[in-house]
Amino acid sequence: MTVLVFVEHEDGAIAEASLEAATLARRLAGDDVQAVAMGGDHAGETGLGPITLHVADDERLAGGYAPAAWGRAVADVAGRVGAAVVMAPGTDRGNEVAAYVAAFLGQPMAANCTDVRPADPLEVTRVRWGGSLLEEATLRGSPAVITVSPHAVGVERAPGAASVATFRPPLQDDDLRVRVTAKEQPPAGKVSLGEARVVVGGGRGMGGADGFQVLEELAGLLGGAVGCSRAVTSAGWRPHTDQIGQTGARIAPDLYIACGISGAIQHIVGCKAAKRIMTVNTDPEAPILAQSDWAIVGDARAVVAALVAELRSGA
Amino acid sequence: MATVPPRANVVVVGGGIVGNSMAHQLALQGWTDIVLLDKGPFPNPGGSTGHASNFIFLVDHSKEMTAFTLDSVRQYRELGVFTECGGIEVARTPERMEELKRRVASGTSWGIEGMELLTPAQVGEKVPFIDDTVILGGFFTPGVGVVDSLRAGTLMRERWIDAGVLTVAGNVEVTGVDALDGHVRGVRTDQGDVRADTVVIACGIWSPRIAAMAGASIPLTPAVHQMIDIGPVPLFTETTGEIAFPIVRDVDTNMYERQNGGDFEIGSYAHRAILMAPDEIPSIEESSLSPTQLPFTAEDFDPQMEQALELFPEIVGDERIGIRHSINGLLSLTPDGMPILGETAEVKGLWSAAAIWIKEAPGIAKAVVEWMTTGSPEIDVHASDIARFWPHQQSPAHVKARSAEGYNKTYGIVHPAEQWATNRNVRLSPFNERERELGAVFIETAGWERPNWYESNAPLLETYGDRVMPREAEWESRWWSPIVNAEHLALRDGVGMIDLSAFSVIDVAGPGACEFLQGIAVAEHDVAVGRVIYTSWLNPAGGVKADLTTMRLGPDVFRVVTGGLTGRTDQKWLRDHMPDDGSVVVTDASSAWCTLGVWGPNARDLVSSLTGDDVTHEGFPFATCRWITLGPVRVLASRISYVGELGWELYAPMEQGSALWDAVWEAGREFGAVPVGVGVYLNSGRLEKGYRAHGNELETEYDLVEAGMQRPKVKDADFIGREAYVAQRAEQPATVLCTLTLDDPTSPAGVERYMLGKEPVLTSDGKPIEDAKGRRSYVTSAGSGPSVGKHLLMAYLPPELARDGESLLVEYFGDRYPVTVAVAGSRPLFDPENSRIRR
Amino acid sequence: MNVLACVKRVPATAGRIRLVEGDREIDTRYLGFTVSPHEECAVEEAVRLVEANGGSATVLTLGPEESVDQLRSAVAVGAQRAVHLATDGREWDPGATAGAIADAVRADRDAGMSYDLLLFGNEAADTGDYQVPVRVAHALGLPCVTGIKQLSVDDGRATAKREASGGWEVFDVPLPAVVAVREGINLPRFASVPGRLRARKAAIDRREPAWPGNALDMVRLVVPGGEDKRVEMLGQGPEAAPAAASIIRNLGLVP
Repeated sequence: MTVLVFVEHEDGAIAEASLEAATLARRLAGDDVQAVAMGGDHAGETGLGPITLHVADDERLAGGYAPAAWGRAVADVAGRVGAAVVMAPGTDRGNEVAAYVAAFLGQPMAANCTDVRPADPLEVTRVRWGGSLLEEATLRGSPAVITVSPHAVGVERAPGAASVATFRPPLQDDDLRVRVTAKEQPPAGKVSLGEARVVVGGGRGMGGADGFQVLEELAGLLGGAVGCSRAVTSAGWRPHTDQIGQTGARIAPDLYIACGISGAIQHIVGCKAAKRIMTVNTDPEAPILAQSDWAIVGDARAVVAALVAELRSGA
Repeated sequence: MATVPPRANVVVVGGGIVGNSMAHQLALQGWTDIVLLDKGPFPNPGGSTGHASNFIFLVDHSKEMTAFTLDSVRQYRELGVFTECGGIEVARTPERMEELKRRVASGTSWGIEGMELLTPAQVGEKVPFIDDTVILGGFFTPGVGVVDSLRAGTLMRERWIDAGVLTVAGNVEVTGVDALDGHVRGVRTDQGDVRADTVVIACGIWSPRIAAMAGASIPLTPAVHQMIDIGPVPLFTETTGEIAFPIVRDVDTNMYERQNGGDFEIGSYAHRAILMAPDEIPSIEESSLSPTQLPFTAEDFDPQMEQALELFPEIVGDERIGIRHSINGLLSLTPDGMPILGETAEVKGLWSAAAIWIKEAPGIAKAVVEWMTTGSPEIDVHASDIARFWPHQQSPAHVKARSAEGYNKTYGIVHPAEQWATNRNVRLSPFNERERELGAVFIETAGWERPNWYESNAPLLETYGDRVMPREAEWESRWWSPIVNAEHLALRDGVGMIDLSAFSVIDVAGPGACEFLQGIAVAEHDVAVGRVIYTSWLNPAGGVKADLTTMRLGPDVFRVVTGGLTGRTDQKWLRDHMPDDGSVVVTDASSAWCTLGVWGPNARDLVSSLTGDDVTHEGFPFATCRWITLGPVRVLASRISYVGELGWELYAPMEQGSALWDAVWEAGREFGAVPVGVGVYLNSGRLEKGYRAHGNELETEYDLVEAGMQRPKVKDADFIGREAYVAQRAEQPATVLCTLTLDDPTSPAGVERYMLGKEPVLTSDGKPIEDAKGRRSYVTSAGSGPSVGKHLLMAYLPPELARDGESLLVEYFGDRYPVTVAVAGSRPLFDPENSRIRR
Repeated sequence: MNVLACVKRVPATAGRIRLVEGDREIDTRYLGFTVSPHEECAVEEAVRLVEANGGSATVLTLGPEESVDQLRSAVAVGAQRAVHLATDGREWDPGATAGAIADAVRADRDAGMSYDLLLFGNEAADTGDYQVPVRVAHALGLPCVTGIKQLSVDDGRATAKREASGGWEVFDVPLPAVVAVREGINLPRFASVPGRLRARKAAIDRREPAWPGNALDMVRLVVPGGEDKRVEMLGQGPEAAPAAASIIRNLGLVP
């Protein structure tokens, strides 16, 4: 059984999520793994091991990300190598490219899998509800298309250089109708939620938009960013860009301070990658406590104000 | 959160407004070591308090509920959490306009000030966003307001935590209630056990679950009440605070609408009753908002939106105003719509304070704690007493059926004699089949089907012609028939047969029985075997707790006979006070004995035609009882009367009832016997005689002297309430129970109207009458008096007005009718010498 | 312009998901139903585009009879048409779902209703399949962009933006097109009472597509367990602030 893995590269290296996908592919198919990438220089150790790495070489792909074209290229390789399974990382692009592959090949796809077991049909475990539920499913396809849920598989880097085989994908005009035509950079200066070492989150318990002032102070003291729950954005207290959760930002700070947030599952899935969680809530039974390292029971506004004062006065 | 202490004097389970009020009152009334627990976190543990609409309308036709509400408002005001905004009940139909007049009358009876009936335009002035073309008018009460019930709870807790008498523990789940030898010993929780000899269940919809842990029953059901919140309302941005406009109850559609800050809240009792079993309530974890806020079922609410749109087009019809919040909130419903208060019948020391809404919680808590502390709550609580439920009334089927039926009457126009439609025919007397053959029209008492009158007596209408007092107005003719009057007259002329099987029969036996009853009852009980004793029972404060008869059947055997409605509470009173040394046994024999009343001038002739036993006046004197053989049946005959005629109550074993009926019926042909319904027995018959009824004239808020029922002497033996009774006798009564006659029933519209009870009695210049203790005068009972040719009323009046011939007014449906005090005191209007009884 | 927004009925989950026996369904006894936040935004976007440009907004769902509730909710906030692809309640896999939607769009086109824009939520809240929009686009031969949080339409083309590493990727797409949006693209409005009442009476175009079979078949659901941390309680109220401050310092997080 040949498994073809679509890999992304960033900063000249194979992306972590793609290595996770490749790791799962090897668990499934041993050495019978090949990879496909959209350009890039793949000399030396890639972490993929001594496999065949198909690299698309086509000037039409040089103009920026074109999801359909990428999908066409992967589908082409899958057909040529007789892949039984096509895998991709469960990233925005990975999922999108995989969807095109599945659509072009008329095959099924299981997104965000955490495990794949060889069987006929294939058995997969995949995430639902943003990760608060798992699904065991069978996937009947040839090839079957699978994306791998980020962080679900520990990367095992395979030693050895890949043997690069360039190819020119059989692109159709329509494949290039959609492509990134421009990039806009984020405004400088502000710490982004995704990158902050400390995130201070506020929920309904902050009482209103003005309740976030004290959170801004705390975040400012710690060089962190302020986030919020969905209830808060729905109420219009904060912009959606601050939202942490299944349909907002996923954060992974060293410390997440969750204030007045009860911890609906939609929120938990966005913050569970935080290394440590400190919670301030009036309700010691709030679900978020089960995810927390430390908790203070009390009104978040009062507690955070005291914390700010403490940090300011502290030695 | 505080931890759970190992022992306490009293544990209150439930941290909503009821539990907080209970803890507050316990502390206020001197209790210490009080523990308040809730499964959820404080200050908002997730019960109904957290999402209730928090408004308080004052007027209820129930005196008890109004009293609870008024006291609650007083307490909320003291806490500074009450915002007065006024409230308007609007009418969309002429029937509702009439009902609003009746509500003004009830409010006047219960002491509420400032009420006004408004024209549509006047409603529009107070509520500028209402479409006043939709309504016919409104009923405005200025003292209506909203309350911050969570804040109230917090203030109550803080005060007593600081005082060191209250421990509050949130997030503590009660997992068991321990009872030993019928007495509560403490509660078990997931954070340790608390030993306590008194436990109060104050956890709303969860109460049945907690009670069941100790083997007790609190028959309520959680039900859904739908609410939506729309906003932001541009009009409200100019107002400050939570509420600046009166709350509107659109009672004809079973809805209410109110401002809530910048939003507009719409609530409904109109949809199908959505009941849940107490075990179906989700846990805190399982629920998306809180356990008492279930997902909204829009299809149930859609029709209500149209009605809200009709009344408030300017707000509800504004496309820019969104439905921000909508819930199916849970609240408690009970089979008779009243709260469930008092010590459970099953477990001593286990108290219920359940099925209580925000508007009445603090007042009820005060009353319940008085009850726990002194045994004498200031407000008479008999209609809310948990002991009122007969076993069949605790069945889930009954609770569901009646709660569902009552739900849509939340804002309904409920007639004072309104009958339930569901779960009928549960308790049938052995005469039932015969009664149905005679066209009996039944009313229900405690599950018993009782003939109110018999259609077979319709021909008597002709016999009595214009002596019957037909009721022209539809309202008064509900659950009534002129046949009732005809039966009354036929009984007074000949003899009537009355099914009294709904009586509660309680046997009190044992070597200690006499002494025990002496200690309970006002009347002397150490009397000859065979005597029938008419007596009152008092509470410790000297209020009238019960009114009943007792037969001494043997040296150690007494039979207490009381009403079907009060039978359970009276039994509990006995069991609460009986000695625990085994010297007295109390047995409920209500289902063992049926009772047939036979009264009228021909009663002796009828009875003697069936028996060889001596039933002469001398041989079987008044107020005595004995076993006689009556045709094929041996019966216990008791010579007393509640209708003012010669006759007997005949008690037969239930299974021999139909044989008894048939024998009396057969023999009765010769003496003109007619079947007579309780329309006579409970109303016209007794009113003509000035006989008082428990729950009407007799309740704990009045004493025997005021009721004109003091005996010539006070017996030597001590009894509950004796001290108070002696003191009452030494004073001039603050009020005197009188019989009044309606001078002229003709309304300004030219229709004859007849009061049914609870109407305010006014001075001749139209002012409410209040006695020295602040009690308003109102009609305690009303009904026809065919033998005296007048419509009769009873009312307590201050001594200066309690004079024969005094002219007063009664307000009825907005009109005032002249009445005259016919008898100040207890002298019968009909046959004042009682010669018809004692012959 | 004519815009189609596709939504999926899902339970409004709470603090913890529970399964019913058999582990094939979520216990929804105490839950309401909704659509994913992405889809709410799709509906809102459709309504706004139609408010700005004229035309009509259609909402479509594939699901059991009860899914009509979600269609009505969309009508209540401004959608004019509602199409219900009724199922018998079984779960349709993404391939089957996309096929049915594409068929419905073709049927509408044949009946004279051509969509300029087909809006989807980026992924369904429950199954998170990440493929239905792409499959529909492929089936209909339309261009497709996903993950979109800004959208503007002008002169037969759409400019769509999606977030990528803190900035924006900009797409320029000819219409008609398929666009999968993410929450944040707009702030959806609440339904008004008149809207809700209109929705109640709205005609639902009910169709019964044939189920083609699933290639991705759920066997069972599993609640991931054993992840609860042992939380250390630092105390009550502001008095606990010093303890919290010292933890933050010890983590080296105070600059």
